[in-house]
Amino acid sequence: MSGEFFIGQIFNGVSYAALLFLLAGGLSLIFGMMRIVNMTHGSYYLLGGYVALTVMWRGAPFVVAIVAAAIVIALIGIAEWNAFLKRLSGQELGQVLTTMGFALIFQDLGLVIWGGDPHTIRLPETLSGSWVVGELYFPVYRVFIVGVAIAVSLTLWLVLEKTRLGAMMRATVDDPEMARGVGINVFRISMGVFALGAMLASIAGVVAGGFVGVYPGADFEILPYAFVVVIVGGMGSLKGALVGSLMVGLLDNFGKALFPELSYFTLFAPMALILAVRPTGLFGRA
Amino acid sequence: MARKLSVTALVLLVLVAVALPADAQKGPIKIGFLAPVTGGAAQVGKDMVNGLMMWLEEHGNQIAGRKVEVIVEDTQGQPNIALTKVAKLVESDKVHVLAGGLFAHVGYALAPRVDQLGVPMLYPVMAADDLTQRKPTKWVVRNGWTSSQPNHPFGEYVAKTLGYKKVVTVAIDYSFGWEQVGGFQKTFEENGGQIVQKLWPPLGTTDFAPYLSQIKRDADAVFALMVAQSALRFPRQYQDAGLKARLPLLGGGTTFDEFVLPSLGDEALGAYSALMYSAALDTPINKKFVETYRKKYGKVPSYYSEVCYTTGRWINDAARAVGGDVENRESFLAALRKVEVPDAPRGPVKLDAHGNPVQNIYIRKVEKKGGELWNTVIHTYPAVGQFWKYKPEEFLKQPVYDRNYPPCKAC
Repeated sequence: MSGEFFIGQIFNGVSYAALLFLLAGGLSLIFGMMRIVNMTHGSYYLLGGYVALTVMWRGAPFVVAIVAAAIVIALIGIAEWNAFLKRLSGQELGQVLTTMGFALIFQDLGLVIWGGDPHTIRLPETLSGSWVVGELYFPVYRVFIVGVAIAVSLTLWLVLEKTRLGAMMRATVDDPEMARGVGINVFRISMGVFALGAMLASIAGVVAGGFVGVYPGADFEILPYAFVVVIVGGMGSLKGALVGSLMVGLLDNFGKALFPELSYFTLFAPMALILAVRPTGLFGRA
Repeated sequence: MARKLSVTALVLLVLVAVALPADAQKGPIKIGFLAPVTGGAAQVGKDMVNGLMMWLEEHGNQIAGRKVEVIVEDTQGQPNIALTKVAKLVESDKVHVLAGGLFAHVGYALAPRVDQLGVPMLYPVMAADDLTQRKPTKWVVRNGWTSSQPNHPFGEYVAKTLGYKKVVTVAIDYSFGWEQVGGFQKTFEENGGQIVQKLWPPLGTTDFAPYLSQIKRDADAVFALMVAQSALRFPRQYQDAGLKARLPLLGGGTTFDEFVLPSLGDEALGAYSALMYSAALDTPINKKFVETYRKKYGKVPSYYSEVCYTTGRWINDAARAVGGDVENRESFLAALRKVEVPDAPRGPVKLDAHGNPVQNIYIRKVEKKGGELWNTVIHTYPAVGQFWKYKPEEFLKQPVYDRNYPPCKAC
């Protein structure tokens, strides 16, 4: 095992973690704010990829495709929240079933609209190829994913910690009743967060489409990973989602590289251990 | 009374007269076809269905004078779904013959069920070695290939003609991958080569980075066996990891199959592989096949299209041999085993004593012609059977190829 091998694997793990963070960050926010276990999250990821594909088939560049996917999926999220989830506030079982139902509907809808073929999102020239450092190759696209994740997490952190809007959001998480009492429009804030979560998932979907493709079933394939990240990191904590993504990304990579027969074990055993010691996850609050 | 009796007799007679010809015609021949038409392997599934449909349409949707009805069921590439669908096709649709299926492990899972159901099933694609070797089945008729079949000659070719000495294998971790690597390793090592590392990414792997970064850099080449969606992703990731410039890429036939070539770019150029078909095969029969297929479906046929196209003809030839009486399953099965196709697009095909096709194996190289990628045929091994140059009795004494057989002595 050379140093090169470790640097290479760490880079792979971190870039996969970046993708997971984009997906799980939204899931965690939605849960933290509204206590909604959002099973539709995987669908936002998949639909985001499909919307981007459709836009790119019409000749739009990659960046426009990301923006288009983010807007369309955020609108879908707002519609779902307004029409259904808003009424189910506080009814956890009802919410889980509703979002699960939507996940199944979106899955079939995707199949009807875009067919059963797997697609890959064609990357712009500037994002393909690799950077070579000595003996090491760093695919540009993976560096780009890490960059996107860093930008998104910084923005989220700044908004949550440094702005009035962020303060209102935190207040809503901590004590919705008091927040309402001091004149914060809790419903509007919740809707905004739900849309933001959906948007992040769709961006993850577009980004993932560039290297694993967009195909039926991707929604339910990625969802367990997102849940593992959120459960390990602690529901509702952005920091938790970040640390959770890094753990899952690295464990998954090193597990597959060093003990390929045990790769599921190396991913899920630490999760079980963490939950045994800290049932609320690393950064979660009861 | 007598008058009443005769009226009854007359009515009966008319009924019998009406019923008899109807019985002789027996309605359409029903073919139950299994293919993954949704999910990661959907493109493969479509090529399979298109191949069969094209043969039938070219022949007026008739086999042995009877109309043909095809019922396609989606397996999504999953053994459990395939098992449910095959029972549905036999028990509720009452099909006369089954065909299709994808993935060797699905093939192993289906075989005992097909034997239970007692309806002949053609395996044009599912290549699980042992079904025509150590675990023969009664009702499965293989008109495709065994996983290791093309790689016996390929291993020899890579060692002798390409002259590589050390090869790393990266193969999808299931029976088809094991058998492909096993066949390659056996003849490659017998001809002086060495397998120095074996990596096994699971079926459905999307990110190959953890495997690519382990590949031993002092090897001469990499043998990659990809199937379905993994074939879409692997060559690009191989290039992005900086490997293409250092280690030439070899592959199983499915890695660079025509179902995926149009989606690939220059990252696939120069790759060698072996299979019993190539769309670039320069024979009049194949050229016509490719041209017609292309006109109809807007793309070049893959090996999956070819074997399923030939399956249409296979069913036809057997049904004609029994005079269209496919209801007599035993004699229909016997006829299916006797079919010989001297002029399939892939070349001549006939079954050996163990029920696996003897056919040409082509060594192919990915080249760009007219802006498209093609598997140019650079060498032909004629009439290759599943046992290659070995005596069947000797060959069958070794265990079926798997992860650890042949053992990797130089790893």
